[in-house]
Amino acid sequence: MHKFLFALIAVCCLARPAFANDAAPLAADPALEARMTRIASELRCLVCQNQTIADSNADLAVDLRRQVREMLRKGDDDAKIIQYMTDRYGDFVLYRPPVKATTLLLWFGPAAMLLLGFGALAVVLRRRARAAANQFEPDDPALFADPHQS
Amino acid sequence: MRSLRYILPLLAFLVLAGFLARGLNLDPREVPSPLIGKPAPSFALTRLDDPALTFKRDDMLGKVWMLNVWASWCVACREEHPLLVEFSKRGLVPLYGLNYKDKRPEGQGWLARFGNPYQASLFDDDGRVGIDFGVYGVPETFLIDKQGVIRLKHIGPLTPEVIRERIEPMLKKLNA
Repeated sequence: MHKFLFALIAVCCLARPAFANDAAPLAADPALEARMTRIASELRCLVCQNQTIADSNADLAVDLRRQVREMLRKGDDDAKIIQYMTDRYGDFVLYRPPVKATTLLLWFGPAAMLLLGFGALAVVLRRRARAAANQFEPDDPALFADPHQS
Repeated sequence: MRSLRYILPLLAFLVLAGFLARGLNLDPREVPSPLIGKPAPSFALTRLDDPALTFKRDDMLGKVWMLNVWASWCVACREEHPLLVEFSKRGLVPLYGLNYKDKRPEGQGWLARFGNPYQASLFDDDGRVGIDFGVYGVPETFLIDKQGVIRLKHIGPLTPEVIRERIEPMLKKLNA
């Protein structure tokens, strides 16, 4: 059993580098590749929408990585590359969409909900604090009437 | 005032259920294209049937035309194909194909086998023109007006409903 486990672990360790590498083609220039990966991991792959362009192996993602690489080699900066992508695919490709009128709810909705929740909590707590120590707010006084007397 | 206690959670539930129901019915694959209302990207490609002939965007200026992105490896394109053949016979609009990331013999063979609805297919070998058109799910269909502006984009196979309800009205408007 131990031998088997050991063999299994050994196989996994040996196999790892093989599939870790197959997403990115070997690049001549590691610095450029690193920049490309950083930009590509901000971009959504439109074919498999829950992956970034850096992660995805879809054909389109491979092509877009090539595109980013070429633009970097030409000396384009990050902003220009991001602009290139949004010009073609819209804000949808950005994992961090820009703040504008149509995305206000997206950006600030959760914080607004949290504030609303705190507000409601504060109101409830204050109301309870005002009630006498041995009381809690009865929902329906009728429920607390002595059944023997009715 | 007390009845509010019971109605409020119910209301909150209904609003939530409404949002969720709407969410279920939206297609997350249908991403609105930022290219609508913008000039079609400039391109110059060779024709699928003849590598010596070049086709440019500006060749079509002054005409309303339709561009259908297809590939021989694309299953949904085959599904759509009979409809395109039938549509092209009606002669409503010049239909051009963008043969996306395909191989010449395979693309040509596909048209020979299933019929060729296109005036011409442009051969986009490495998919760069596809990227310029924001293509991410073949088949895709574009309508381009006389000024060379993209007026409509449909992602995925065309259906008789899409042709009737989106393409035909837009063609009428553009040709008016």
